[in-house]
Amino acid sequence: MSEPVITARGLTKHYGDIAAVDKIDFSVAKGEIFGLLGPNGAGKTTTILMMLGLTEVSDGEVRVLGHDPMRNPLAVKRRVGYMPDSVGFYDNMTAVENLTYTARLIGIPPAEREQRIRAALARVRLLDVANKKVRTFSHGMKRRLGLAEIVMKRAEIAILDEPTSGLDPQSTAEFLDMIEELKREGVTVLLSSHLLDQVQRVCDRVALFQKGQIVLMGSVTELARQVIGGGFVVEVEAKAAEGTGLDARFGAIPGVLSVERVSDGRYRLTADRDVRPEAARAVVAANGSLYQLQVEVPSLDVIYRRFFENQAATGQGVRDAA
Amino acid sequence: MRREGSPWQGLGPVMLKELADHFSSARMRVLELLIVLTAGAAVFIAVGRVRELVAEDPFVLLKLFTVDRAPLPSFFLILGILIPLMAIGLGFDSINSEHNRRTMSRVLAQPIYRDALLAGKFLAALATIGVSLLSMWLLIVGLGVYVLGVPPSGEEIARSLLFLVVTLFYAGVWLALSMLLSIVFRSAATAALVALGLWLFLTLLWPMLVPTIAEWIAPPDIRYQMLGLQTPATYEWTTILLRLSPGTLFSEAVVALLNPQTRAVGPIYLEQLQGAVVGPLPLRESLLVAWPQAVGLIAGTIVLFVAGYIVFQRQEVRA
Repeated sequence: MSEPVITARGLTKHYGDIAAVDKIDFSVAKGEIFGLLGPNGAGKTTTILMMLGLTEVSDGEVRVLGHDPMRNPLAVKRRVGYMPDSVGFYDNMTAVENLTYTARLIGIPPAEREQRIRAALARVRLLDVANKKVRTFSHGMKRRLGLAEIVMKRAEIAILDEPTSGLDPQSTAEFLDMIEELKREGVTVLLSSHLLDQVQRVCDRVALFQKGQIVLMGSVTELARQVIGGGFVVEVEAKAAEGTGLDARFGAIPGVLSVERVSDGRYRLTADRDVRPEAARAVVAANGSLYQLQVEVPSLDVIYRRFFENQAATGQGVRDAA
Repeated sequence: MRREGSPWQGLGPVMLKELADHFSSARMRVLELLIVLTAGAAVFIAVGRVRELVAEDPFVLLKLFTVDRAPLPSFFLILGILIPLMAIGLGFDSINSEHNRRTMSRVLAQPIYRDALLAGKFLAALATIGVSLLSMWLLIVGLGVYVLGVPPSGEEIARSLLFLVVTLFYAGVWLALSMLLSIVFRSAATAALVALGLWLFLTLLWPMLVPTIAEWIAPPDIRYQMLGLQTPATYEWTTILLRLSPGTLFSEAVVALLNPQTRAVGPIYLEQLQGAVVGPLPLRESLLVAWPQAVGLIAGTIVLFVAGYIVFQRQEVRA
């Protein structure tokens, strides 16, 4: 892990007696996509607002690019781009006018302004509606305009709050592609979402929130190994002569934790790594015929739900895989 | 904890954007229409009367602003009504509309402080009113010179410009109030209704209530009542209470500035008039007469703006 660009230590936010965010610790490394995931009202947005200095920190501390957002918010906000959930623009202005206003607020020199705005709009594929009033934009287009603002700003960190909620599946996929594109340019992305499965594929690491606390943190496979016991489920469909003992052969593969015979000729292997090559070899070694082989990374939803089932069963405390 | 960075960063862009919004909005069309109508009415009201009244008055031009022709009120009285309406119209949705359009958190995530947003909006609205007032002033002075055929003296110009400054601060009070309400109430309609309600209360109901309240605070003395006079203490309370309304402060200050004969606003005792020479006061003296009222308006603007500032700083960004 390279040097962290965001660190939080014991970060807490009280609204009256209620702790919206309760002593959370995390750090985000440069260039990674970090997901703050959890149900609505779990404290994700509050955490984001504290990182931007838009709401006061009750206790603990947070550092963004080495600055304290409470003390020096301008230095933080100059280098961090933020797209709020349900992002809004001035309806009576065009896309270009809206971005020009932001560019003025940021202080982009007039000579660069037009070129940077056009480049940003091209990136999010809004160039053909650049001079249309935002009033006519769809929900997804407004989201993309929000992303264009971050691109135009040349932010080092992009903070996206619920970037995919309310988007149709195709727009969601497109939007996630754009986020990955940002990452390839070296931008650190921090996104929050309550749609665990949707953002699972882009996040390098995730922090799962529950009632203002981070209950799980790490990469998806790490969490799967930790919570479910095995990160990978490999499904094998194979036929072999009776008595060759495919079950036993699969069970002998290093890393396989359990073997389950679903039906005749179908097996489910739970493993802590991707064991597809070994499983294939085992079938071939038994002189069987292999019909299908697929691996399934457990979904975050499953991990999240399983974690709470485990917790309820054993009453154990917070675990951290980071 | 001290914050770093300038609170003025971003003030210019916010102000320019708001100015552009104001000038291109439908509200501004209505305001422009009002300006032309009011200026026309002022000249129309004044010209006939001025001709018959004061052929040799050295301050003929100022009469354009103060003379009335029943049943029409004088120009500055019209302004006294028009200005709060303009200010409320420009301010009632300034902050809550940013929340409702969900632009607030996006704008505040840019490297600016909230100070710049609030001050920029306030100054832009004030500048809009200033431009309207100045064009009204130019129209009246121009028409007045054309119709009356008397060139204005330097003092007349100075007095009428000072009148504009006082009017601007009168507008500032209402603007700061309506912006405060736009911060407190998330619904623009509520803010507008409360602002208009306060305005109606202060202009219509307050003058009716004040004598009763004054008599309750300082009961009238039977000796004065026998003579058919007002008790001084009661009268003083009446003036004090009336001056809580910015409208009263405005008209008192304006009368002192536009009518050089004015020696005092409020109660005058006979002994104060002894030995007084009748005649217009020099500009400096008129300014001294209007000064407390003008300061009252400036202070009102600042207090209300600061109240709005404090509430805004403590407000959560999230809707």
